[in-house]
Amino acid sequence: MYKILLNITFVIAILIFNQENIFANDNPAEKDPEHPQEHNEEHEKEGFNPGDFIFDHIRDSYGWHLYSYKGHHVAIPLPVILYSKTKGFISFWSFKLDHGHTYHGFKIAHEGDYKNKIIEVNSHGEFVARPLDISITKNVTAILFSCIFLIFIFVSVANSYKKREGLPPKGLQSLFEPLILFIRDDVARSSIGEKHYERFTPFLLTIFFFILLNNLLGLVPLFPGGANVTGNITVTMALALFTFFITTITGNKNYWSHIFNTPGVPWWLKLPLPLIPFIELFGVFIKPFVLMIRLFANISAGHIIVLGFFSLIFIFGKMSPGLGMAVSPVSVLFAIFMSILEILVAFIQAYVFTILSAIYFGMASEEDH
Amino acid sequence: MELVKPDLGLLFWMIVSFSILLYILIKFAWKPILKALRDREMSISKSLLAAQRAKDEMAKIEFGNEKITQLAKLEKESLLKEAKELKNNIIEEAREDAKLEAKKIIKEARQSVEQEKNKVINEIKNQIAALSVDIAENILKQKLEDESKQKKLIDDLVKDIDLN
Repeated sequence: MYKILLNITFVIAILIFNQENIFANDNPAEKDPEHPQEHNEEHEKEGFNPGDFIFDHIRDSYGWHLYSYKGHHVAIPLPVILYSKTKGFISFWSFKLDHGHTYHGFKIAHEGDYKNKIIEVNSHGEFVARPLDISITKNVTAILFSCIFLIFIFVSVANSYKKREGLPPKGLQSLFEPLILFIRDDVARSSIGEKHYERFTPFLLTIFFFILLNNLLGLVPLFPGGANVTGNITVTMALALFTFFITTITGNKNYWSHIFNTPGVPWWLKLPLPLIPFIELFGVFIKPFVLMIRLFANISAGHIIVLGFFSLIFIFGKMSPGLGMAVSPVSVLFAIFMSILEILVAFIQAYVFTILSAIYFGMASEEDH
Repeated sequence: MELVKPDLGLLFWMIVSFSILLYILIKFAWKPILKALRDREMSISKSLLAAQRAKDEMAKIEFGNEKITQLAKLEKESLLKEAKELKNNIIEEAREDAKLEAKKIIKEARQSVEQEKNKVINEIKNQIAALSVDIAENILKQKLEDESKQKKLIDDLVKDIDLN
């Protein structure tokens, strides 16, 4: 069922991507860097744009936007940390850049290659360079929050294990024990094998709970939820990189010989043109790449759909307020339905990422037989 | 296409914070939790094994008990049988002995009766002899009072002696 869902979400995601592109192409003036402010005003006049609405919600940002009231945005300011060749390290609060303001020669780009990113501009407001940007953005804050949350939860669970030695689990302990046992027995042990699974179980538990927590937090629209952490390609890339490096480092002789000298394949597929080794080597990189794309696409697509349903209310509301009112119950119903599905997807994607990582580790540490 | 473009700053923070998360969770959460789970599983399986062993032992003991009872029963039966045999033997022997004794006694009695009889007979003989002598004496006394008769008697006697 979830494959069908994935297909649907992909189609919708592509449609929305395309919409964005069409919109970009329809406005050649947008590419003109000399009139960004003008364009922005034009943009405002156009009214509701579902593409921008959705992207503003799922992308990373420098401040943590909480709500808007009568056109006044209320956001939690977050530290911006930059390093530029001309100015060195510089750090300030994100609200200094709100509403297109320029601070110390830095501003948030509204278009171009660095759209929605901080760029360095000269006194005329022309683009100079993209500084090295290690700001504590919304997603970084969400990641740090979830790390602290996970540490707090699981260290306290570990303490109750120490305190209640030999006793049945209680409270938080009994909430997490089935999940921990599931990851250990049905993911790690069954995919990696009896001999090596204990080495990888801690990592698998960490990625499972990290992805699960962030998937679920992403569904909560209120602070500290609402950041699209696991639907961000950078985050999934980092997670996939961890899996990739662990697989590569723990890969034994058997694993590498399967790649460079695949057994059971006729010699002419390996020499003089190393066709199979090439495909196998490509596979080594494809596997984590697919992990990255799958998690990102599933979570982003889910958010895009929910936001799409809400966009419908405003699209119809712009036509006539009555129509918007009429559509809203339908939209809300669909959004609730999608959110429930997303809870399921949150668990499934955390599980899929973990079990695929476990399978890759299993391949890397498999003994010759 | 901003959505699919990785951001270097976020990547940096993600790798740093996730590495720290990994380190702390592995050291302070997963290791103790997994160890506790493994210990508990070990103790459960150990207890189950011990329980099974105890059960086996119990069954063995029960079986042993039954065997012992059976053996005791057999022993009892054989003892009873032996005792019965012994009793019979003793009775038989006693009977035999009694028979022999009785025979002996009867024999002795018979002998003593014979002896007594002989003794009595002898005594009677002696008494008869004495009596005879007395009688003869008396007769002789009477006869000798009469001269003629005495003479005749003496003659008779002399005649008898001569004839002898």
